[in-house]
Amino acid sequence: MSDGKPQGASIVFQAVGKAFNKPDGKQVSAVSDASLTVDSGAITGIIGRSGAGKSTMLRMVNGLERPTSGQVLVGGQDVGAAQGAALRGIRRDVGMIFQHFNLLSSRTVAGNIALPLEVAGVPAAQIKARVADLIDRVGLNAQSNNYPAELSGGQKQRVGIARALATEPKVLLSDEATSALDPETTQTVLTLLKDINRDLGLTILLITHEMAVVRDIASHVAVIEGGKIVEAGKTYDVFTAPQHPTTRSFLSGVTGVTLPAFIKGRMLETRPKGAAKEVLRVTFAGMHATDPMLALLTRDLGIEVNILAGAVEEIGTQPFGNLLISLDADKGVDARAYLEQHGLLTEVLGYVS
Amino acid sequence: MSANLIGLLMEATWQTLYMVAVSAVLGAAFGLPLGVFLATSQRGELLSRPLVNRVLGLVVNAARSVPFIILVVAIIPFTRMIAGTSIGTTAAIVPLTIAAVPFIARLIENAIREVDSGLIEAARAMGATPLQIIRKVLIPEALPSITLGLTLAAVSLIGYSAMVGAVGGEGLGDLGIRYGYQRFMPDVMAVVVIILIVLVQLVQSIGEWIAAKVDKRAPKGRGQ
Repeated sequence: MSDGKPQGASIVFQAVGKAFNKPDGKQVSAVSDASLTVDSGAITGIIGRSGAGKSTMLRMVNGLERPTSGQVLVGGQDVGAAQGAALRGIRRDVGMIFQHFNLLSSRTVAGNIALPLEVAGVPAAQIKARVADLIDRVGLNAQSNNYPAELSGGQKQRVGIARALATEPKVLLSDEATSALDPETTQTVLTLLKDINRDLGLTILLITHEMAVVRDIASHVAVIEGGKIVEAGKTYDVFTAPQHPTTRSFLSGVTGVTLPAFIKGRMLETRPKGAAKEVLRVTFAGMHATDPMLALLTRDLGIEVNILAGAVEEIGTQPFGNLLISLDADKGVDARAYLEQHGLLTEVLGYVS
Repeated sequence: MSANLIGLLMEATWQTLYMVAVSAVLGAAFGLPLGVFLATSQRGELLSRPLVNRVLGLVVNAARSVPFIILVVAIIPFTRMIAGTSIGTTAAIVPLTIAAVPFIARLIENAIREVDSGLIEAARAMGATPLQIIRKVLIPEALPSITLGLTLAAVSLIGYSAMVGAVGGEGLGDLGIRYGYQRFMPDVMAVVVIILIVLVQLVQSIGEWIAAKVDKRAPKGRGQ
């Protein structure tokens, strides 16, 4: 129980593959050739649809699954090769929280938080003090003697977080920790995770299918699809300039910027003959996010713009704007050149006649 | 009913209680570890010993297939070896226990298997050893079901104990047969049956009360 700030540990996936044997003898590949470096002390999100392999990635970090090829290194230690006591030692350095909390119904809040300490053989007096600290940190002082059945979902996840932190881990794994919670509770849990990351300096690796979770707390993101990492980088970069179609489709959900149905239904992929409007997605990143670019476009080039949908939000601490506009297709090339010249990103979504 | 008969009834009640209590405790002592092992030794489970699991499963099924009355007479030599005699209340505990162990083992196995696999995963993620998971997670979490299972076993043992009269096991069942049936004393039979009904009710109620006490799953104040 050191008083010093515990250090996080980095997680490195090196060309990791994981195949499962099905009962009929066939093999299914859950993850293949995945390489990813999770920086020490960062909050990194792995996002993917169900079945994409994100859960398997996470479970290889604490050895709940072993890679069938490649290596998973936590703080330089090869998890896949660790056995018995060595593996249990690594697991004490890696806390984990779960979508369905996985709390013992037979133990109180305090009893649940004490469990990993009992498992680690910590003396009873120390357990008591440590549990009191943890309960205080997650704000459950009034509930310490309650059983999980008497708690709300958000409170249960707080217990899960306190329990995961009990052994002062270097890494915290979050397996869809907010997916069973309502939006408001999700925010409080995410805020708690952010605070913990800041105060304790531990590495947080979370998996989710919600881009909003990544946007709200992750500094780095990896997108997984069909068992492969298709895109990875700083959250802001990935959000403002997504490269892969999967990333884009995740983003269209979170940015809240989708085409109105009456336009979407009429949209064509290629430009029709005659008068037509071009539908554009314009992304404002960083310092340009708050510039009145559309007004300038009209003033400088005389191009009139229809705004179809749009939003400005924050990723990390940086503003990020997303606009869907339509303009005269004949002027599209000029308009895009002008906007890109001013540091904005444009993407042609289609045409309407 | 004569004072003599009342004395006999009281003695028989005591004998039944003695046989059932001792065989239930012994049955649980052997059945609990066996049941936990059966539940955790399947392929891919905590202690994964698929072959041993299969063999033990077969033995348990075989033991449970033998009708109790046949078991009682079939193991007379074994009973004599353990109890020193094959006749009497103490000797009757041997077949009762042997019948109880596989039955209780299966009940415990079911109770353990009901425990949410997410809890096992959480405990593994904490770095718990298989033994720690059994002691700190599986058994405490299965305790309400285990309690109800043991209650069921105790009630069954009360029924079985009536059959051990065949080897001079005495007790209420034996009294009912000898006096009520063979000596045509329906009042004795009636009293025996009433005492058995009360015993079963009592055991069942106590078992359910304990199970409810240890069950923390439902919020307080809500129905069963």
